[in-house]
Amino acid sequence: MQKIMVCVKRVIDYNVRVRVKPDGSGVVTEGVKMSINPFDEIALEEALRLREQGAATEVIAISLGPDDTQQQLRTALAMGADRAILVRHDAQADPATAAAAFMALVSKEGAELVLLGKQAIDDDACQTGQRLAALWDRPQASAASKIEVVGQSLRVTREVDAGLEVNEIDLPGVVTVDLRLNEPRYVKLPDIMKAKKKPLEVTDLAALGVEMDEPVTVLKWEPPPQRTKGIMVKDAAELVSALKQKGLV
Amino acid sequence: MSRILVIAEHAAGKLNPSTAKVVACARAIGGEVEVAVLAADGAAVAAQCATLEGVSRVLQVDHPANEHPLAAVLAPQVAALAAGAGHVLGPSTTFGRDLMPRVAALVKAPQLSEVMAVESPRRFRRPVYAGNAVVTVEVAEGRQVVCTVRTASFEAVGSAAASAPVDQRSVEFSPPAHTRFVSVSAAASDRPDLQTAARVVSGGRALGSAEKFQLIYSLADKLGAAVGASRAAVDAGYAPNELQVGQTGKIISPTLYVAVGISGAIQHVTGMKDSGVIVAINKDAEAPIFEIADYGLVGDLFALLPEIETLLAS
Repeated sequence: MQKIMVCVKRVIDYNVRVRVKPDGSGVVTEGVKMSINPFDEIALEEALRLREQGAATEVIAISLGPDDTQQQLRTALAMGADRAILVRHDAQADPATAAAAFMALVSKEGAELVLLGKQAIDDDACQTGQRLAALWDRPQASAASKIEVVGQSLRVTREVDAGLEVNEIDLPGVVTVDLRLNEPRYVKLPDIMKAKKKPLEVTDLAALGVEMDEPVTVLKWEPPPQRTKGIMVKDAAELVSALKQKGLV
Repeated sequence: MSRILVIAEHAAGKLNPSTAKVVACARAIGGEVEVAVLAADGAAVAAQCATLEGVSRVLQVDHPANEHPLAAVLAPQVAALAAGAGHVLGPSTTFGRDLMPRVAALVKAPQLSEVMAVESPRRFRRPVYAGNAVVTVEVAEGRQVVCTVRTASFEAVGSAAASAPVDQRSVEFSPPAHTRFVSVSAAASDRPDLQTAARVVSGGRALGSAEKFQLIYSLADKLGAAVGASRAAVDAGYAPNELQVGQTGKIISPTLYVAVGISGAIQHVTGMKDSGVIVAINKDAEAPIFEIADYGLVGDLFALLPEIETLLAS
C-alpha cells in the first residue's frame, strides 16, 4: 500500500490522576501533562513497522484538536511519521465530528489504511474508527492485537470477550488497535531535531467542507461515587470467617 | 409510545446475558422494547429473547451472512430496523463496542457509550477518564440516540409471564464481501463466565508466572468463582486476554471480588469497583487497592492462598 494514515489524539497523560473541577465544569487541565493517546501511539508504531517492512511507503499522522495538538503531532513525526496534518478545532471533539474530518482527509489524500486506537483514554467513547469505516463504506477491524498483510488484504487478530477472533479485511480499511499489538519505540533526541523540519499542515473543518453536528450537551461533571475504605484483617482465618459470616463464601 | 430497539448479543444459539441488562436499561428509558436477533438461524435465540420481562416484540432476521457477528455485515441491517426507533441500544461488550458506532454513523445519530444511568429519555450518565469522572449528558429533542449500555450498572430483567411475539423480518441488503470471519479461539471452560459470575478471583503481576497463576484458578474453583486478571498479568502472559478486568478489558460487578497481588491502578479499579464486596490480598500495605477494599489482608499471597483454601474447606 502507499499511504497509511494514523489518527493521533491529544489527551491528558496516562499517568496523571484526573480530577474534576470543583465547579463541575470539566476536569483540571491547567499545568497537566498532555500526551498522545496511548492506543494511538501503538497504532503509529504499527504503521511505522509496516512502512519499515516495505508494506507501505508513507505514514501520515492526522489529528483533530486545538492548536497545541501540534506538540503531539511533532512527537508523532519524531517517532517516524513522514508528515502530519492538524484539523484545528478548539472545542472537545465529538467522535462523529472526528470521523467526518478524518473521512475528508482520507478522500483528499487517498489513504489505503487508517490505523487508530480502539479508544481514547479521555472520553472512552470507542467510536471514531468504526464511524470512519461506516462513512467510508469500507471494512473495520477493531481492537487488533496482531496485523498481517496478505496481498491486498489484512489478516487481523482481534481481542474480543470470548478470546481472540481473526478477521480478514480487504483494503482500503480501518483498523483500531489494542494494547498488546506492540510496544511503541522511544523517541531519540536527533529524531526530535529532525521532526522540526518535517511538514506539518494545519487546516480546519470549514476548509475540508465538514459540517458539525453535535446534538449532545454535557450538563455536568462529577467525581465518581467513592467506595469507603473497609477494614484490614490480620490473617487468613479472620478473612475467611468474615466472609463466611456475610454469607459470601 | 416511542420504540426502543435492543440488539441481542448471542453465540452458538445462546443469548448472551448482557442482553437482559440492556433490556433493563431500555425499560428505564421507557417505551416499546423490541429486541432484534440477527443470525443465520435465530429461532432459538429469538425464543430466549421473547421470555425477557418487558420485551414487546422480537424481530428475527435470518440471513446466511449473519453466521458471525461482523459489524460491517450487521450494521446496515440494524440501521434498517432502527428506522422510526427513538433509541437503539447494544451492550458495551466487545460485540456492542464494535457494532454500535458503525450503526450510529449510518443512521447519523449521536452515540452515548457506556451508559450507566438513565435520568430521562434524553438525559444519561456515563463514565469518562477511566471512571475518574462521570458526565451527565443530554441529547437534543427529536434526535435518535444510539447507546452502548454499561452492563455492570444494570440488573438483568427477569422472565416474563407470557412470551412476546416473534416477527420474522427480512432486510434488503447486499452483504459486503470485503470482511470475512476466519476463526475465534474461545477457550472451552467449565468455570463460570467472568462477565456474569457472582464471584470473581483476579490475579495480578505479583503471581510472577503462568504456572503460579494456577493458584488463582485453584482458589476460584474452591469458591465456584470466575477467574480475572489485571492488565499487567495479561501483558506478562500469565493469563489470556479475555480474563482482563479494567478500562480496556471487562467491566464487571460480581457480589464478591477477590483481588490477589493487584496493586489497584485506576485502569483496573474502573473495571471492578461496582462489585458488592471487594477483598484485597497484597504484600504492600500501601497498595491503592486497599483504599477501595472492604476487607484487606497484607501478606505473602503464596502463603495465604493455600491457607485460605484450607480454611474454606473446613
